[in-house]
Amino acid sequence: MRWLLLLWVLISAPVLAVLPGEMLKDPVLEARARVISQELRCVVCQNQSIDESDAPLAGDLRIVVREQLTLGRSDAEIMDYVVARYGNFVRLRPPVEPATWVLWLGPFVLLGGGGLALLSWQRRRSVPAEVAPLSEAELAEMAALSPEPPLER
Amino acid sequence: MSRWLFIVPVIAFIGLVAFLGIGLTKDPSALPSQLIDRPLPQFALPGIADTPGGGPGFASAALKGEPMLLNIFASWCAACPQEHPVLTRISGEGVPVYGLAWKDKPADTRGWLAKWGNPYKAVAADEAGRTAIDLGVTGVPETFVIDGRGRVRFKQVGPISVETWEGTIRPLMARLRAEA
Repeated sequence: MRWLLLLWVLISAPVLAVLPGEMLKDPVLEARARVISQELRCVVCQNQSIDESDAPLAGDLRIVVREQLTLGRSDAEIMDYVVARYGNFVRLRPPVEPATWVLWLGPFVLLGGGGLALLSWQRRRSVPAEVAPLSEAELAEMAALSPEPPLER
Repeated sequence: MSRWLFIVPVIAFIGLVAFLGIGLTKDPSALPSQLIDRPLPQFALPGIADTPGGGPGFASAALKGEPMLLNIFASWCAACPQEHPVLTRISGEGVPVYGLAWKDKPADTRGWLAKWGNPYKAVAADEAGRTAIDLGVTGVPETFVIDGRGRVRFKQVGPISVETWEGTIRPLMARLRAEA
């Protein structure tokens, strides 16, 4: 019984949101449609791509993507078509532009800054501090305080 | 001098907290409209004929001449009855309100308008939802403020409350009327 359950779980893993009626007959175009759909965010559920989402609007957008493909549009043109309507927010991979510099470069800046700070801190710790030699007056004072003469000058 | 370097991580931390804190005050589900200051996308939609006051639908070209509202609604929309009295009041104040029924069967739209009343100057049916995609609609209700030249000037995501109408949209429309 447990085996059967496991088998069911394994078989049922790749459940598609894409409905059979939406799919294109041409397998090459359909494959491109899937790739594009995986790059587009569903604006209703927001953390799913339209390829994964069951929201009705995601279904409409899947159909739009496929219509554009059958019209002979390139992948980039289709992305631009959807971005023109919903903005860069629908790209699950945001473009590098001034508004996203913090997003793209922030982690590297933090990593680099942290690394530099760590290096400078370690370097400072490994150099023994310079100790100024005692002056004549200090040596005399020490000699006066010690019951025995200092071992060595 | 190097002692002052200890303050650097503290400043960096405060900066990070401020940056993320500002981010937390923004609603990530409200998307900015791509249409602001741009003309409405072209569309010509059928109406929900055989409706009392339903009329023949309208085209995007008709939405100009004076500032107006384009309200996206649906009979299946939960928040629309909440917004409905505000829309009734707005059209009562003489502002043209056009309705676009999104992904709704005309018969259902008719029934909904019969039940709640029809605040719209005209109602168009976008049953396939394609015009809504051209408008960048993410859900219902949404409302576009359109100026006299047919350009989108503001988009309200979610129902218009009395406060939004009186505090934001009505003053904006007064400015639009003044600039035309």
